[in-house]
Amino acid sequence: MATLEIRDLHVTVEADNATKEILKGVDLTVKQGETHAIMGPNGSGKSTLAYSLAGHPKYTITAGTVTLDGEDVLEMSVDERARAGVFLAMQYPVEVPGVSVSNFLRTSATAVRGEAPKLRTWVKEVKEAMERLNMDSSFAERNVNEGFSGGEKKRHEILQLELLRPKIAILDETDSGLDVDALRIVSEGVNRVRETGEVGTLLITHYTRILRYIKPDHVHVFAGGRIVESGGAELADKLENEGYEAYTKGGASE
Amino acid sequence: MVEAQNSSTLESARAGGPPPVGSTTSGAIAVAGESTVATRMSAPPSFDVADFPVPHGREEEWRFTPLERLRGLHDGTAVASGEGVKVDVQAPDGVTVEAVGRDDARLGRAGTPVDRVAAQAYSAFEKASVVTVPKETVLTEPIRIAVHGEGGTAFGQQVIELGAFAEAVVVIDHTGDAVLAANIDYVLGDGARLTVVSVQDWDDKAVHVAQHNALIGRDASFKSVVVTFGGDVVRLHPRVTYAGPGGEAEMFGLYFTDAGQHQEHRLLVTHNVPHCTSNVVYKGALQGDDAHAVWIGDVLIEAAAEGTDTYEMNRNLVLTDGARVDSVPNLEIETGEIVGAGHASATGRFDDEQLFYLMARGIAEHEARRLVVRGFFAELVQQIGVADIEERLLAKIEEELEASVA
Repeated sequence: MATLEIRDLHVTVEADNATKEILKGVDLTVKQGETHAIMGPNGSGKSTLAYSLAGHPKYTITAGTVTLDGEDVLEMSVDERARAGVFLAMQYPVEVPGVSVSNFLRTSATAVRGEAPKLRTWVKEVKEAMERLNMDSSFAERNVNEGFSGGEKKRHEILQLELLRPKIAILDETDSGLDVDALRIVSEGVNRVRETGEVGTLLITHYTRILRYIKPDHVHVFAGGRIVESGGAELADKLENEGYEAYTKGGASE
Repeated sequence: MVEAQNSSTLESARAGGPPPVGSTTSGAIAVAGESTVATRMSAPPSFDVADFPVPHGREEEWRFTPLERLRGLHDGTAVASGEGVKVDVQAPDGVTVEAVGRDDARLGRAGTPVDRVAAQAYSAFEKASVVTVPKETVLTEPIRIAVHGEGGTAFGQQVIELGAFAEAVVVIDHTGDAVLAANIDYVLGDGARLTVVSVQDWDDKAVHVAQHNALIGRDASFKSVVVTFGGDVVRLHPRVTYAGPGGEAEMFGLYFTDAGQHQEHRLLVTHNVPHCTSNVVYKGALQGDDAHAVWIGDVLIEAAAEGTDTYEMNRNLVLTDGARVDSVPNLEIETGEIVGAGHASATGRFDDEQLFYLMARGIAEHEARRLVVRGFFAELVQQIGVADIEERLLAKIEEELEASVA
């Protein structure tokens, strides 16, 4: 069973000619089939955790370890991590001019699966996945994220999640900026992937709203660059009622 | 009904991100008033080099060009070497190929030199080459003109003429090392169809300055594909005018500008008769320090040219820091009775965020670059219509990308 283990992770970023520590000792274990919600106020370091796990060059790991089934993730390049089974659905997906969605998806699937998918089954697979996410077929011919609405970008991220079938899926504020209909469609996509039981999900969010659609097994409160409290789904209810105030007082958050 | 859509934008590929270093994009639409196209030139067109002052570099038409790298083409110090530049013309049966003197009446009909280097080329050539496709002759194989430099300096004058309803594809292939100034005239008879592919695949030191003049007959169609990869300085000046109504011009260009290279394409389409169309699409990729691409797209719609339909576009993809793009579309309209007129220019950047996004989907770095650049050029490569050139172009793009990874 695939397991992502994060131990005492410290991460810094360069900003305004100064080095700033954002993550201050994160410990977390995510197993295949589990869903962990990471909730926290703005600036607590949630997105830094997501990007650090995916290997964004902006972030420097200063201490700690991240392993996937014992393999050192931090030693891997960005593309190696993806091929090893780590997937990051981004909060702000990037426009890539000149590259069509269909070309991008096929190149990506070929890289992650280690061989080019057979064309006939692939076309069908993509078509069906797009239909499930209420995406028009014309989408495939558009350039990656270029001119996409916020909701289209997020559906496109979840389309990739469904096609690439990672071991560990990190969803960075996938719910932000979505209306209720789009949130439901996106959540259903995430749930289809979860129901396979083959993915461990790290759901990063500011709001409890998405947790009505995606039921987490574990909820962690993130503040001041680390996990400050962990519990079951009931912890989300507490946050819904009381907010983050209890965790941000005392300067724990930037 | 004027539909002048000025969609000139400077867009960064990454929303909110900075534009590439040194990138400038500006656009203008002038309606009536003074002709900026004409007034921007520092001297009127002439076949005589003496009519042009030696440029000092601040003139509008020279301000982007590194004069000190022109090897004397602009100031009269470049002298034809007599050898060291070979021209080989391979033409299918039915085509005549002649070397003629400067008194031949077929020279100079499609356009007059507009700057000192073009006039220098006209004043200095010894023999002009005239390639003629007789009327109603439809060629099934391309005419191939190979210009190969072996370190020499040359001045060229080439005429390619298609009689009425003739159809031909011409491939002009520039390779090797040379200092070359040239004029090429394309004269299309009524209803003729000409596709010209000019490939600038020079070695690193070559300097190539040329003016291409097309005169498009009634109901004729002209397609120009300009592909520039090599050279130290390449400065091309493709121009189109129409000899009768119903003419069509398609002008496509691809360039891949590497470190230290200066590649400049200056286009002018003059809509001087009614009911003609023009469509200009130039795309370039740049990589490396001091890679400099210049694109000037001028379209002039004269008062007589009612029913004109024109669009011009320039796109640039900046792959690394240190490259510079100057892209200037300019549309000048003297009549409101046109079908459409527009232009667009955009310079985007393949940046670290795009690279991260693609790599985060398992795609290796070199593959990510290839994906972006191939996608960027794909629509233009498909327009060429000459299979061996398309293949060579794709191979060349791969080669350029390999060089960038290494």
